[in-house]
Amino acid sequence: MTTRVIKVDALARVEGEGSLHVRIKDGVIKDLQFGIFEPPRFFEAFLEGRDYAEVPDITARICGICPIAYEMGAIQAMEDIFGVTVPKPIRDLRRLIYCGEWIESHGLHVYLLHAPDFLGLPDALELAKTDRALVEKALRLKKIGNDILEIVGGRAVHPINLKVGGFFKTPPKAKIRALAEDLKWALQASLETVKLVGGFDFPAIEQNYQFVALRHEDEYAIHEGRVVSNRGLDIPVRSFLDHFDEEHVRHSNALHGVIKDGSGPYMVGPLARYALNYDKLSPLAVQAAKGAGLGPVVRNPFQSIVVRAVELVQACQDALAIVESYQEPDAPSVPFEIKAGRGHGATEAPRGLCYHTYHVDAGGAIRFARIIPPTAQNQKVIESDLAAVVSANLALEDEALKWRCEQAIRNYDPCISCATHFLNLTVVRE
Amino acid sequence: MILVIAIGNVFRRDDGAGPAVAEKLRGQDGLEIIQLPGEGTELIEAWDGRDKVLVVDAMRSGRAAGEIRRFDGLRDDLPPDDFASLSHRFGLAQAVEMGRILGRLPKSLTIFGIEAVEFGQGLGLTSEVAAGADRLASEIIGLTTGQ
Repeated sequence: MTTRVIKVDALARVEGEGSLHVRIKDGVIKDLQFGIFEPPRFFEAFLEGRDYAEVPDITARICGICPIAYEMGAIQAMEDIFGVTVPKPIRDLRRLIYCGEWIESHGLHVYLLHAPDFLGLPDALELAKTDRALVEKALRLKKIGNDILEIVGGRAVHPINLKVGGFFKTPPKAKIRALAEDLKWALQASLETVKLVGGFDFPAIEQNYQFVALRHEDEYAIHEGRVVSNRGLDIPVRSFLDHFDEEHVRHSNALHGVIKDGSGPYMVGPLARYALNYDKLSPLAVQAAKGAGLGPVVRNPFQSIVVRAVELVQACQDALAIVESYQEPDAPSVPFEIKAGRGHGATEAPRGLCYHTYHVDAGGAIRFARIIPPTAQNQKVIESDLAAVVSANLALEDEALKWRCEQAIRNYDPCISCATHFLNLTVVRE
Repeated sequence: MILVIAIGNVFRRDDGAGPAVAEKLRGQDGLEIIQLPGEGTELIEAWDGRDKVLVVDAMRSGRAAGEIRRFDGLRDDLPPDDFASLSHRFGLAQAVEMGRILGRLPKSLTIFGIEAVEFGQGLGLTSEVAAGADRLASEIIGLTTGQ
């Protein structure tokens, strides 16, 4: 009898501290754990007792890569309580800043974090030595995303200009319009990106995923929508907790997302959004996807890099359209009255659906807060992918298997810091 | 004009060492001071094309708390794991190396690391690190005034 142990103590090119432990006995996986040892961050507990108005600035601190997801989910939940609806110009600015977050996050992940896996390189530094132009492109894409965050949000990391009801200040027309040239370049760069990554070799694996994402009637859902799945779920955001929950497992400091009907793991993120909203992609994004060989549903998790690139096309196009038609709103925010109640908000963070709910008292103080980030929800499906990848690649030597497993985890661009609220790999072969 | 880039998060105790130095330098003639969280691509954008840049950041290398180490960003290899990296392990050390590969470093780049000990949640530096930040601020003022 032989036992193999594959172990990664600290995963590279992911956000936060995680690990992987796999024990294989006589060619069968006996134990597989995607562990998160990043310490819990207790954001929900910090929020209790704070004023509703502080929530965007506090939740922005959950993540340096996707602060908008946290700010906007929280803001929407407050607006749900107070009965606030924002006018189109403010809604457009919200979508614009969210597109900025997708552009910087997807740009970073596709090129600097994930592409090295497919090119047989250890990291972005080696990629820069072999293909300087590629890395320059990634840096420029990321900068354009950051510039949007800075102009609309006041600064690129932990933006400060978002509030319940709208913005503190609306950006002047000239500054927004000035983004157009960069976005035209970014759109072309994104189309080239889809072509490039579409040509990578992908390990053959197809999974029968349960996809969950937001869906919106009029657009590729980013910052608003109903929660839908490919198994018939179609619910308003406020019903999220009727269908989804989280459970604690010993090997993770992040709660695992579960679907209450017991139907097994579910996936949030680019593959889910793409499958559930393919008909809402722009003709140009669809054409790019088809050109890269993608159908309307992608079940190979390694092709998530191509789907991210298609989403880059979409985000650049949407951002450009908003920029080119931008008129300064009459007022930066809408007035409202504080009242007690329970509210819900959900948006599509670059890594997937991010849900918030809050209970606020009559004075506007937060009495209860709960946030369910995308990486927490994806932990079970990541473990399910890893099991499939390990089973299909038992013939590989330990080092090669370890690499493949890490690559499989990076398919999810996991944000462990957010979820703890990633990876050391151990493979034990017995 | 010398660009001073202070890296750190004031809400994580000694990680605020860089911002503490920045506060002491504020108003000093001849210095432009910016604070950044330490994400690598943003650092490259900040120093690219500049003449003289000083970077101040907390580090953890096992030396005595408050000890200051100085690196020449154009010549020295930074210890990759001693400076905190904000995101996806692409922080200061990786930004310096990437800047070198891409030819996107300033003409002069000096990196000061302040040895820190406490990175828990909360405000305020530990006393040794606060003293180190004071000494480094004085040293930088000395550098800029030619003393």
